[in-house]
Amino acid sequence: MPDIRVTVDGVRYDDQVEARRLLVHHLRRLGKVGTPVGCDTSNCGACTVLMDGASVKSCTVLAVQADGAEIDTVEGMAADGRWHPLQTAFHRRHALQCGYCTPGMLMAAADLLRDNPAPSEDEVRGGLEGNLCRCTGYANIVAAVLDAAAEMRTPVGGGTA
Amino acid sequence: MTAAPESAPQTGRPLPRKEDARLLTGRTRWTDNIEPPGTLHVAFLRSPMAHARLTRVDASRARGLPGVAAVFTGTDVASEQGSLPCAWPVTEDMVTPPHPPMAVDEVRYAGEAVACVVARDPESAADALEEIDVDYEPLPAVLDLEEALAEGADLVHSGAGTNRAYVWPFSNGDVDAAFEGADVVLARRYRQQRLIPAAMEPRSVVCAPEEDGYTMWSATQIPHVLRLMLATVTGIPEHDLRVVAPDVGGGFGSKLQVTAEEVLLLLLARRLGRPVKWTETRSEGFQTTHHGRAQVQDVAIAADADGRLRGLKVDLLADMGAYLMLITPGVPILGAFMYPGIYRMDAYSFTCTGVFTTTMPTDAYRGAGRPEATYAIERIMGELAEELGMDPVELRRRNWITRGEFPYTTVAGLTYDTGDYEAATGRALELFGYQELRAEQERRRKSGDAVQLGIGVSTYTEMCGIAPSRMLGELNYGAGGWEHASVRMLPSGKVEVVTGSSAHGQGHETAWSQIAADRLGVPVEDVRVLHGDTRVCPRGLDTYGSRSLVVGGSALVRACDRVVDKARVIAAHMLEAAEEDLEFAGGRFRVRGTERPSAAVQEVALAAFAAHDLPEGAEPSLDSDAAYDPTDFSYPHGTHLCAVEVDTETGAVRITGYTAVDDVGTVVNPLIVDGQVHGGLAQGIGQALFEEAVHDAEGTLTTATMADYLLPSAADLPRFTTDRTVTPSTTNPLGSKGVGEAGTIASTPAVVGAVVDALRPFGVRDVPMPCTPERVWRAVQEARNGGEGR
Repeated sequence: MPDIRVTVDGVRYDDQVEARRLLVHHLRRLGKVGTPVGCDTSNCGACTVLMDGASVKSCTVLAVQADGAEIDTVEGMAADGRWHPLQTAFHRRHALQCGYCTPGMLMAAADLLRDNPAPSEDEVRGGLEGNLCRCTGYANIVAAVLDAAAEMRTPVGGGTA
Repeated sequence: MTAAPESAPQTGRPLPRKEDARLLTGRTRWTDNIEPPGTLHVAFLRSPMAHARLTRVDASRARGLPGVAAVFTGTDVASEQGSLPCAWPVTEDMVTPPHPPMAVDEVRYAGEAVACVVARDPESAADALEEIDVDYEPLPAVLDLEEALAEGADLVHSGAGTNRAYVWPFSNGDVDAAFEGADVVLARRYRQQRLIPAAMEPRSVVCAPEEDGYTMWSATQIPHVLRLMLATVTGIPEHDLRVVAPDVGGGFGSKLQVTAEEVLLLLLARRLGRPVKWTETRSEGFQTTHHGRAQVQDVAIAADADGRLRGLKVDLLADMGAYLMLITPGVPILGAFMYPGIYRMDAYSFTCTGVFTTTMPTDAYRGAGRPEATYAIERIMGELAEELGMDPVELRRRNWITRGEFPYTTVAGLTYDTGDYEAATGRALELFGYQELRAEQERRRKSGDAVQLGIGVSTYTEMCGIAPSRMLGELNYGAGGWEHASVRMLPSGKVEVVTGSSAHGQGHETAWSQIAADRLGVPVEDVRVLHGDTRVCPRGLDTYGSRSLVVGGSALVRACDRVVDKARVIAAHMLEAAEEDLEFAGGRFRVRGTERPSAAVQEVALAAFAAHDLPEGAEPSLDSDAAYDPTDFSYPHGTHLCAVEVDTETGAVRITGYTAVDDVGTVVNPLIVDGQVHGGLAQGIGQALFEEAVHDAEGTLTTATMADYLLPSAADLPRFTTDRTVTPSTTNPLGSKGVGEAGTIASTPAVVGAVVDALRPFGVRDVPMPCTPERVWRAVQEARNGGEGR
């Protein structure tokens, strides 16, 4: 079995993995179960993480392909006890109900705002097209991402847990 | 009942949810995150054929593979697996064929389990499935409802001698007379396509043998019902079973079920003495988690020339699928009472025929019977308006129950306690800009614009709280409709609320905290809400039918009031006053009309705990519980208006405006209510435009993945305009009416009605759901080519 070295939320993990194992299953075997699996056709986006800063659906990446990579998951999104502005905005705007899509939605939104810090509503809708939510009808998710974008553009920001 | 505190600052407040913290940070407890030490993993071998005799299932090679602990076929568990329960025998002569959790000699839908592997990890289990040999002798697939009922039809259950599960009739008034004297009679056939509920969290079950029985964690909406049913099916005593619904990632009815996998994992844990775990893949789930809708509706309406409704006839064929699951046969019956909607009429008749097919069973999906009913009545009202040359809102206004007529007993026998259809409709028309849009529509029609504008109207009501136990008994349902709550006043003044309602996204932890905070006068942060574990919350009937707040919230109100009643006795003793001289407000007992010292409920809780100086006969506890049985349903209503642009050259549909004004009675948390409406709209729009479970001629589900079954994304849905009117319900102490299903129930006819309205100039009368570009385009072509426009 191949040896891989993956840094997840700042912690380095050296492991042997089956060549066929998907990154999402590797993460979950490491106990990083904050990233869930929602489908088997890479349509739902629930398993989205950041790989070297860019969002990927971790069910479409083999664990061996992540060798040497830095992976950021929802579990590492809050820093120093402070929520990320997206987390704060999702909370304030009620942008989650059951919460199963939320980890992927947050990571996809983070990547979206990195590429486009001032998106329009349509750009947010288009940018999150690969992440399905069955509870919210997306209205509050879109509002939350727009709120967070505005907050992240101002010099002082961030929320508290 | 104790009077409510004079100020009620929490109820009505858009409090962000308490449950968000764990969900936003990945500290969730989904069932798939749970793995007791020593857990073995289960995978199911499933039939690729819709209908076949099993002539050989040979697992010998799989049994010898490394990592495989055991393999079981249907024959191996036949003596102990029992039959999956159906809790709703809607008629005395209903045909209820046995439903073995694992097929023994015949499979009746593609996806039915024929064997299972138990192995050290999920990969080993999946690999071993490929080493099991099964010989299938094909039998005919049964898919079309009318063909299934024809003489000499191939049978799903040969032993039953028929594909007819039941016929359930209802009628009130002289329907024949209503139709015979009518100026206008319209008949339409509508198809409710089969839908896949598709909660984002796949089903997952973990079952562990414990010293004193078994613990099952399951992604279920119904831990209490599941425990009772597991005991009934397996014979394991109920008190040896603990069922936990940890964080559950959505349900929409699909997790209101007692599944084959739950029963089998319990049996495997018993056989092997080890914890076992199974999580479905999404494709597996689309095939084997129950489906919804799947009805053919023949609807006829009779009216006078001025639009006054005389009568309504409904004849349903309801696709049961291959077996009757928990409430499969009852789903269309839940709709039976809603076809007359908000309208006065003289006579109504309804017949539902349940039909077996070789497909995954249907069961509750958001709205369960009521979306189908609302769709039919609201669509045919649109057709009637067209026939009469009348504005569809005006036709409704002439027929709806006016605000002065409540309480009103409908032709279907329900008594609507309150409502204000005038107010909700007036507000919706104003927000939507109805007149301006009609003018724009007229301009586009006159100019022959390729992109036509359509407007859809849905003035819906529904029944929630499912239901008073007495009424459920009259309908032969196997359980009651009460809900339970208990309140524990801890010595430090903090509060634990235990509810039997089992949340999976609805925000109970927040809303219940708000209710308890107001009733007890404690800070909302001081309330912890516990749910979803039969050992922690021993009594309950769980979450479905928009019942949680209406019934479970009312139980909490009662339990809180009992806490206050108990506290009053001790407070009177502490304050050296008579009980009847005390008033309770803002969390404090005061002697009415005096400036004397007061006692906070937390101080009373501590005094009760210490019990050093209690009045004679007083218990040293304020803890209280209550089971609340609703006296009647509650009836949310509202008016939804949808505007669509339809490209008549490509068939593309775009929703350009959606306004929903709902009356859900008293609102505890408007953030949560708006969220429920938004999500409901998305699912109703999904049925109208995107979603359909499709089988090929052999009965194989061809939409078995998320790549094939189209769930709407953020880019597919419009911005919603929502508002509320508030007419409190009189059937429960909160005045709430329920909101979980309203958006889904209301929206589908509004959207399809709008699509059809856009195509009126072509003579189109219907576009079958989902209104895909191809179907819209075909409807236009057929109408242009002189067809009658479906």
